[in-house]
Amino acid sequence: MESIEETLAATRMFHNLTPEQLSGVAQLGEEVEFTDRARLMTEGEPAESFYLIREGFVALQTEAPTGAITIETLHGGDPVGWSWLFEPHLAHFDARSRGVTYAVRFDGASLRERCVQDPGLGYELMRSFASVIVERLDATRLQLLDVYGRVNGG
Amino acid sequence: MTPRAHRVVSRRRETADTWTLALESLPGQKLPLFAPGQFGMLYKFGVGEVPISVSGASTALDPLRCTVRAVGSVSSALAATAPGDLVGLRGPYGSRWPLAEAVAGDVVIVAGGLGLAPLRPAIHHLLAHRNEYERVIVSYGGRSADEMLFVPELEEWRGRFDLDVDVIVDIAGPDWHGKVGVVTKLVELAAFDPNNTIAMMCGPEVMLRFAALTLRSRGVPKERIYISMERNMHCAVAQCGHCQFGPMFVCREGPVQRYDVVEPWLRVQEL
Repeated sequence: MESIEETLAATRMFHNLTPEQLSGVAQLGEEVEFTDRARLMTEGEPAESFYLIREGFVALQTEAPTGAITIETLHGGDPVGWSWLFEPHLAHFDARSRGVTYAVRFDGASLRERCVQDPGLGYELMRSFASVIVERLDATRLQLLDVYGRVNGG
Repeated sequence: MTPRAHRVVSRRRETADTWTLALESLPGQKLPLFAPGQFGMLYKFGVGEVPISVSGASTALDPLRCTVRAVGSVSSALAATAPGDLVGLRGPYGSRWPLAEAVAGDVVIVAGGLGLAPLRPAIHHLLAHRNEYERVIVSYGGRSADEMLFVPELEEWRGRFDLDVDVIVDIAGPDWHGKVGVVTKLVELAAFDPNNTIAMMCGPEVMLRFAALTLRSRGVPKERIYISMERNMHCAVAQCGHCQFGPMFVCREGPVQRYDVVEPWLRVQEL
């Protein structure tokens, strides 16, 4: 498997980082592997890290009286978790792997500290996460429109 | 303009409200030849007529297949038609998918909900002429797992090594273990050469606009994106004006059109 730095270099959200910034972020990453249905995050629990999926996919879920509801699935190249960026750093949803999943785990506290030391890195990371958040907001809006449910009679 | 009677030979349930009818011609008559993308006007005698997606073009061996969602009085009556009954059929009408233009390149099929029906003959053509195309990708989004069309065939397609098929649903039940989200996600994930790709899309118009945006952000030029439009086709011969869409009649210039041609009109309200 490719190195963490190579994974980051191939991931769209890290494209604007300089080689030095990329290398610095890669040093904070740790390769992780999840078996099927392993829990990456738990709603309401501290979320002091985020994951970058390399292979496999992850379901974002919330518990309902009828069981877990999957809101969205995330795939190779997607980050999982942004609560590490925002206080109080608590996960908003459960995240579970679907099948064997490979990812890179980043320690949020260390990354925040590095962003304080290098505001340029902080700006680029914030921009990247904002872009991901906007994409997911757009997707959620589309889901809420329920476009497949609207059909004209005839 | 006069509907010709055809016999329904089978009726298959696709979802709770959607059925596929197989039609054969009456003795001494030939089945009309529909090119992938073209539509027909299906007539339930004594009830009325509606435009219907041809989901399986007729061949020497196969009947013509039409997929009908029961949403109004005519489509409900058609969907309830029993094998052996007669229905009227006019057509083929309209434009076709750009299968000749796509030769030697990648093909990205993006379908949403019932939109898979008019794309199915195009997929059959691509598979029948598989050596003429590079990568063939089918991205299908639905509201939920039980509202997806042609599920056994989707499963068969997913088993092929020369076809990339991926599905995603808006709403996942506990039994769904696949992807959840909108179909644009599949377009983001798909591997194709944007400079040598033709995209063919059918589904709700909002979905088409967002999928086109995603394709463009991947680098696919607007003029290589084709959509099939649903409009209120009545006469199907560009006389009544019901399907007028800006300067065009969808029944004549459509339903398949290049995205750069129709895009300015897609956001005009009440058009």
